[in-house]
Amino acid sequence: MKNSGYYSQFGGAYIPEILVPTFDELESAYLAAREDESFWQQYMELMSTYSCRATPISRLDNLTEQLGGANIFAKREDLNHTGAHKANNVMGQGLLTKRMGKKRVIAETGAGQHGVATATMAAKFGFDCTIYMGAHDVARQRPNVFWMEQMGATVVAVTEGSQTLKDAINEAFRDWVTNMDDTHYVLGTACGPHPFPEMVSWFQSIIGTESREQMLERNGRLPARVYACVGGGSNAMGIFGGFLDDKEVELVGVEAGGRGRGQGQHAARLAYDDASIGVAQGYKTYFLQDNDGQMQDTHSVSAGLDYVGVSPILSHMHETQEVRFEAATDDEVVEAMQRTVRYEGLIPALESSHAFAQAYKEAGAMSSDEDILINMSGRADKDIFTVADAVHDPKWQQFIIDKAEAYRAEMNQ
Amino acid sequence: MSRTPTRLEASIRAAREKKDILLMTHIVLGYPSFDDSLRMVEDMVNAGVDLMELQIPFSEPMADGPVILKANAEALKAGATVEKSIEAAERITREFDIPFLFMTYYNILYCYGVTGFVERCKSAGIQGCIVPDLPPIEGQDYLDAMAAAQLSPVHIFTPKTPQSRMRHLSDMSAGMIYVVARKGVTGKDTAFSSEMSDYLQLCRNSTELPLGVGFGVKSREDIDFLSGKVDIAVVGSETIRVMEQDGVGAVKGFIETLVA
Repeated sequence: MKNSGYYSQFGGAYIPEILVPTFDELESAYLAAREDESFWQQYMELMSTYSCRATPISRLDNLTEQLGGANIFAKREDLNHTGAHKANNVMGQGLLTKRMGKKRVIAETGAGQHGVATATMAAKFGFDCTIYMGAHDVARQRPNVFWMEQMGATVVAVTEGSQTLKDAINEAFRDWVTNMDDTHYVLGTACGPHPFPEMVSWFQSIIGTESREQMLERNGRLPARVYACVGGGSNAMGIFGGFLDDKEVELVGVEAGGRGRGQGQHAARLAYDDASIGVAQGYKTYFLQDNDGQMQDTHSVSAGLDYVGVSPILSHMHETQEVRFEAATDDEVVEAMQRTVRYEGLIPALESSHAFAQAYKEAGAMSSDEDILINMSGRADKDIFTVADAVHDPKWQQFIIDKAEAYRAEMNQ
Repeated sequence: MSRTPTRLEASIRAAREKKDILLMTHIVLGYPSFDDSLRMVEDMVNAGVDLMELQIPFSEPMADGPVILKANAEALKAGATVEKSIEAAERITREFDIPFLFMTYYNILYCYGVTGFVERCKSAGIQGCIVPDLPPIEGQDYLDAMAAAQLSPVHIFTPKTPQSRMRHLSDMSAGMIYVVARKGVTGKDTAFSSEMSDYLQLCRNSTELPLGVGFGVKSREDIDFLSGKVDIAVVGSETIRVMEQDGVGAVKGFIETLVA
């Protein structure tokens, strides 16, 4: 194992001894793939035939007019197969799994998007697949669980800890320390031990590379600001990656502000002051933890951002001020989502809606000579139950009641 | 390489003069309560345990299986803190004359301050530490502080560890080496077989330090198998399981079946 994977003081590989050879193998396979141009060609071919790359950018004409400031654009990662940017990382790691000759994949999932993407990849490549998902998330993301199981994956509801994303990651590691010989752990975000943060960011960089070209081609100039929601940070790393050398482009990461400031009320590691530096889940970064280093409960309306840690690369960029971090509260997020649905006919996931909420807060104060780009990292079909609750739609409630009664009648026959 | 044995290594060697194999046990401090922890230590020492691992609870015990995972979570829920755990250890080492080690995860050390934590271990009478998520390459501060305090940093050999790395880990360790008997997490069954004998022989050939074998060790038969091959048998999850099933009072009887 090499002492690498640090971004100033963040990152590293704090792994159990039993996984050291597995990480050595993974790092070698990853570095070999990066050296091999045919690997990236194969990846691009796959993403343009099995998914929808290049995904377009859309101008939000009506909201641009309403807000009366910057021209608002969205990068349409929701148009990927399985409905989110997660596919980019998963397909890349799937190709790597084949190269390593492994036959089984495991993954953690929060919102379920990464689980669905991994189950899809496993179905396509013929891998066995087990997905670890916090029991709390299984309860709020049933549609994704349904699809994972339809695709042949085993979904394990994790009842330990806070029953959310971090607990699913712990369980996936516990599986991996037993089954590393034939199993690859498809970590879903730019977190975890080296080389995951770097490798996941590499696969996601496809978003930023396309975005930069598309914005230049369409507007003849770069956007003034780029917005991305930040849970673990993979969609943000992906889109920001295209603009790192463009000092005139301001990068804005938007975290889950939940119910606002205060321990346990949110999942904002960098935008608020409640997190401190620690080491857990194999890497060093800002965590929402107490003084002893025990991880604290987090809250967000979006399962995908409801996480105690954040990409070590983003912690580094926070310190160097390459990225500005903000937080959007649950209420602001639901409002931004409804607005996007109502006036643009776009349906951003609750996660992605954090980026929209922050962009809407700022766009009006900007000039019409400026463009802003929002990463629409996923679509909200999976959130239909949560959103219907949030907007208190009586027709939806009646539909669920009728459906339940019909099932009950069927069972009683 | 000539090295000065640490106090832990010297104690283990002295105890081994009298016994073919030593018994090390594991408890999670504060589970189910600190009073129960003290009582279990007392019973274990009286039943003939030679050394003990005291685990400081952590919310994300990645290397532990369901039994110890739950014990960590319950201890924290019952109000265990790092400070209370160290205070309990202080009392334990004062009252009982066997070597005690801390087992915990790196974030506990990191948030306390690594050097301060190690100094506190020293003043609390702790002889060594096992930190399963801290490979030596990430732990230079820790290794320096442990060396300065003349305490024993214990690293882990696994069935996946090549011999060259075993030698490296041995160089970075003092006191003893913790050998995990198989892949996986704590508290699952282990097959003690001839394949295991080859692995233990490889471990033996890779270090001069005493070897303690854990993960799935839970009966007199398992310990008999290890006797003559290694120095210490480590019983972890099984004592917690016995305590959960039959109460704190049953631990002594269980340990007596192991040392009989």
